[in-house]
Amino acid sequence: MNPTRQRRLTIVIAILIAVIVASALVVYALQQNMNYLFTPSQVQAGEATSYKTFRLGGMVKAGSIQRSNDSLRVTFTVVDASGVMPVEYNGILPDLFRENQSVIATGHMDGARFVATEVLAKHDETYMPKELKDAMAKAHQGKHIDESASQDKSSL
Amino acid sequence: MAHWIPLWLHKLSSPPVFYGFAGKLRPWAIALALVLGLVALYGGLVLAPPDYQQGDDYRIIFIHVPCAWMSLFIYGVMGIAAFIALVWRIKLAEVVAMASAPIGASFTFITLVTGSLWGERMWGTWWTWDARLTSELVLLFLYLGVIALYHSFEDRRQGARTAAFLALIGIVNVPIVHFSVNWWNTLHQGSTIRLLGPSSISPSMIWPLLTMMIATKLYYIASLFGRARVDLLSLESGKDWVRQIAENEVRR
Repeated sequence: MNPTRQRRLTIVIAILIAVIVASALVVYALQQNMNYLFTPSQVQAGEATSYKTFRLGGMVKAGSIQRSNDSLRVTFTVVDASGVMPVEYNGILPDLFRENQSVIATGHMDGARFVATEVLAKHDETYMPKELKDAMAKAHQGKHIDESASQDKSSL
Repeated sequence: MAHWIPLWLHKLSSPPVFYGFAGKLRPWAIALALVLGLVALYGGLVLAPPDYQQGDDYRIIFIHVPCAWMSLFIYGVMGIAAFIALVWRIKLAEVVAMASAPIGASFTFITLVTGSLWGERMWGTWWTWDARLTSELVLLFLYLGVIALYHSFEDRRQGARTAAFLALIGIVNVPIVHFSVNWWNTLHQGSTIRLLGPSSISPSMIWPLLTMMIATKLYYIASLFGRARVDLLSLESGKDWVRQIAENEVRR
């Protein structure tokens, strides 16, 4: 390799390494203070107190959805591995919203309640036909709901 | 061992050889891309069963995911070509890097639009500033920046080298896009297709996805070769081999 190319190669590689190190540090730093969402247990531990509005992420607890008869108001409970948070929302919910579904709610705390202004449904990365899902559900009986529930939580 | 490979690559990097090679390969790539694309669309939209939780709405995956893969893959190719262009000043590498940018930008744009449509149906929102969506948007801006920088120079080779620099630096965004769903809490779900370990999609749904992936790759090859040939002709317009091609065209 001639000296000019050698020099260019060194310069380009040096710049590339510098950029990679810099962005690795940025990514590392952002991992600690860039929070898209807080889980109920994080909120209860007081990690979200410095935010006026924030996103709450977790699973809709089975049997906790209560709809109002005369308005769009709905209340439900969002849970994670160890935390529980009652949520109140007034608006249209996404189609995927249901029990044991991961949701991300944007809103603020009102006492011990979380008042949401937007509720988004999060789905997992699994795709399969309905027949297969039913067959699996039958094979696992009740076990599969717990399993998919804990899977959803870990993917949050 | 097979020392004809570097020799062949070295020969291929000469503009007239590449011009002929790309011209011969291009029609095949277009034809195969079209056939495989149609097969994949039929497989994805008609043959594949509805998803257990998303119903028929998940079918946009057959466009969204292959395009998203291409948006990263093309950036990778562009980055490598840019590196070669910066160090060895090979004309073909400059041409490949610059011809890749608009194709990659288109795939990124399609990814963002189809993702937005899908998100509205499933998540309940067109857009959210989570790590995956934001880094993919940054990828689009990088592509657009490379294109803009390339065209802002009078001298095309100087423009290509300057833009190659931006392309090379921007390559750090590629792993960020890919791993964003693991590194941060995002609304976007994790990867379905895994190279290591089992994929979380049933076989009846995965084959149209992989077929579409091959179709998009072939389309990229066809499109890249077409663009590169035109760029080579205009860059080498004074040279003998171009004059020869022009004379043959006139005679025909």
